[in-house]
Amino acid sequence: MGILDFLKRKPEATATVARERLRIIVAQERSTRGAPDYLPMMRNELLEVIKKYVHVDLDAININFERDSGHEILELSVTLPEGKQAAKGENKDEARTG
Amino acid sequence: MTAEIIVVTSGKGGVGKTTTSASLATGLAMAGKKTAVIDFDVGLRNLDLIMGCERRVVYDFVNVVHGEATLKQSLIKDKRYDNLYVLAASQTRDKDALTMEGVEKVLDGLSAEGFEYVVCDSPAGIEKGAHLAMYFADHAVVVVNPEVSSVRDSDRILGLLASKTRRAEKGETPVTQHLLLTRYNPARVAIGEMLSVKDVEEILGIEVVGVIPESENVLTASNNGIPVIVDANSQAGQAYGDTVARILGEERPLRFIDVPRKGFLQRVFGG
Ligand SMILES: Nc1ncnc2c1ncn2[C@@H]1O[C@H](COP(=O)(O)OP(=O)(O)OP(=O)(O)O)[C@@H](O)[C@H]1O
Ligand SMILES: [Mg+2]
Repeated sequence: MGILDFLKRKPEATATVARERLRIIVAQERSTRGAPDYLPMMRNELLEVIKKYVHVDLDAININFERDSGHEILELSVTLPEGKQAAKGENKDEARTG
Repeated sequence: MTAEIIVVTSGKGGVGKTTTSASLATGLAMAGKKTAVIDFDVGLRNLDLIMGCERRVVYDFVNVVHGEATLKQSLIKDKRYDNLYVLAASQTRDKDALTMEGVEKVLDGLSAEGFEYVVCDSPAGIEKGAHLAMYFADHAVVVVNPEVSSVRDSDRILGLLASKTRRAEKGETPVTQHLLLTRYNPARVAIGEMLSVKDVEEILGIEVVGVIPESENVLTASNNGIPVIVDANSQAGQAYGDTVARILGEERPLRFIDVPRKGFLQRVFGG
């Protein structure tokens, strides 16, 4: 990048930041709408367990709650960090429970 | 005949529900509809001030719910429009003074009196008062500001409208949802400092029924106790006029959402 480009570069518009943050949080809250209220606590406890093996943050754990005709599905996905160093033990790309 | 019930709600406080309720009710009356507007914010009466009838409140909503006054005694007739009435909130009781049965009784009473529209000005939050205000609604106007916490809260409210209302519980046609974006500042949107109409529509997955610009005339109107829609010279008043027309089924393009183009002299000399 030339010096001129650097000088002309605008900071990222804060509205764009707001939009992306809202997209994620609204989608997350919609997916757990009407779900049992122990979910956030459960998510936190799961994090503690997972942390014993891999370094992950809370936002790497995604919980999806769906109510089909008759039964409820709790879907949990954990995005593991890239690279071997991150893993304390054996490294799998994605862990899913249904 | 039964009245159409419209709740004005938002989740987040201070986004413009009372301003909107006053203008919506007045706009419906201007369109010839017999309309009542009810303040559900028990303990924090404010709609009376915005409607300019604060000194004429004798009995209020809670008095009617508790059978201490009749509906006729409690309805305050608007000074400007013959077919417009205000039912004030109580200043002295707490929010538990309202009950589901009581609210239903008042709404049925308004239908029996020949009202065509009842506008319910919801308190902020998602607690009992907000729940009672939305429960019997046929339509909802969800007021949202182009700001993160307001947008997130309005999504919560949209979820509650789809699950915690009479229509939802009885499995009837869902409450019609109208998203109203207020306090919009096109100049800040243009420079990327504020969420745009499109951003908000995309995040919430629903189109707006109107966009009300941030406007000094709103404060002037509230100072005077005249709903801003009556001020036909103001952009906010005109935008509310368009919104009411759309809610009544008319199609109108959005106005005041772009920065006014600068004229030639302004471009040359700045300003
Ligand atoms: N379009 C607008 N332009 C400028 N100011 C506005 C606009 N809409 C509302 N306001 C101002 O915002 C403030 C809050 O408005 P209002 O009382 O209608 O909000 P509310 O949602 O009813 O609040 P509460 O949650 O406390 O009941 C008021 O001072 C009002 O004048
Ligand atoms: Mg209010």
